[in-house]
Amino acid sequence: MPEKTAGNRASTLEPQTKLKAPAGTLYRGREGMWSWVVHRITGVAIFFFLLVHILDTALVRVSPEAYNAVIGTYKNPIMGIGEVALVAAIGLHALNGLRIILIDFWSWGTKHQRVLFWAVVILWLILMIGFTPRHLMNVFGE
Amino acid sequence: MATTIDSPRAPRIRRRGINWEKWGWIYMRVSGVVLVVLIFGHLFVNLMIGDGVKALDFAFVGGKLSDPFWQWWDTLLLWLALIHGSNGMRTIINDYTHNRMVNLTLKGALGLSTVVLLVLGTLVIFTFDPCPVGAPTDLLPSICGDL
Repeated sequence: MPEKTAGNRASTLEPQTKLKAPAGTLYRGREGMWSWVVHRITGVAIFFFLLVHILDTALVRVSPEAYNAVIGTYKNPIMGIGEVALVAAIGLHALNGLRIILIDFWSWGTKHQRVLFWAVVILWLILMIGFTPRHLMNVFGE
Repeated sequence: MATTIDSPRAPRIRRRGINWEKWGWIYMRVSGVVLVVLIFGHLFVNLMIGDGVKALDFAFVGGKLSDPFWQWWDTLLLWLALIHGSNGMRTIINDYTHNRMVNLTLKGALGLSTVVLLVLGTLVIFTFDPCPVGAPTDLLPSICGDL
């Protein structure tokens, strides 16, 4: 009897121990996980920009010259490209935030969170196609 | 403190008092929706219209902030965005710091910088003078010429 029990246990365990990596899940390595990663990274980046942006805007209280000197640095080409990255981060965070709300409050959204992820990506691409050429013309044009 | 997550079927213990985590959760969603409007409006007016980033200077900001509409737009933007960002950073600190002292130090620094920037930003919006005496007139917004 004990041998038979042991044999049964081994046979039920065998298929599981053969798997080298965890099987695909709804979350790991998929749209759900990557949208979480992107939301965190963009959130932290936007937070630190906000700290700097409040301080640079506060210079309007110091003098016109002080404000113009600092805001002037936002107009050089490197910062111009940085502004594209900033708008890209804000766009992703905003659209994915709306996706999270739809998942939280709407059962259709919960069920179709993957569709919503790709909707976020497409809307973000449209946003960036609208913004980037216009902004770069302002930065690099005269 | 590091947050411990109960197993999904653990019995729910109701605690007395206000459920601050619940209201934080609601705040992130409500402020998030409003911020989408406020921030995209802010970006559109400052970066897309006219010469975009090239037009930003004291005269531009002074002109905007002498209009009560933009004063309140920016005030709401400041408070909603900074508290939203701070609460998000608090979540991240709780997720990644498990040493109690490190955790409390980071959250203390976060809370302090948030309060300082909220007070500073609000004071700047409501006390600044778009036409400071003695400043070169070519740097000032056009409204200053009418005075």
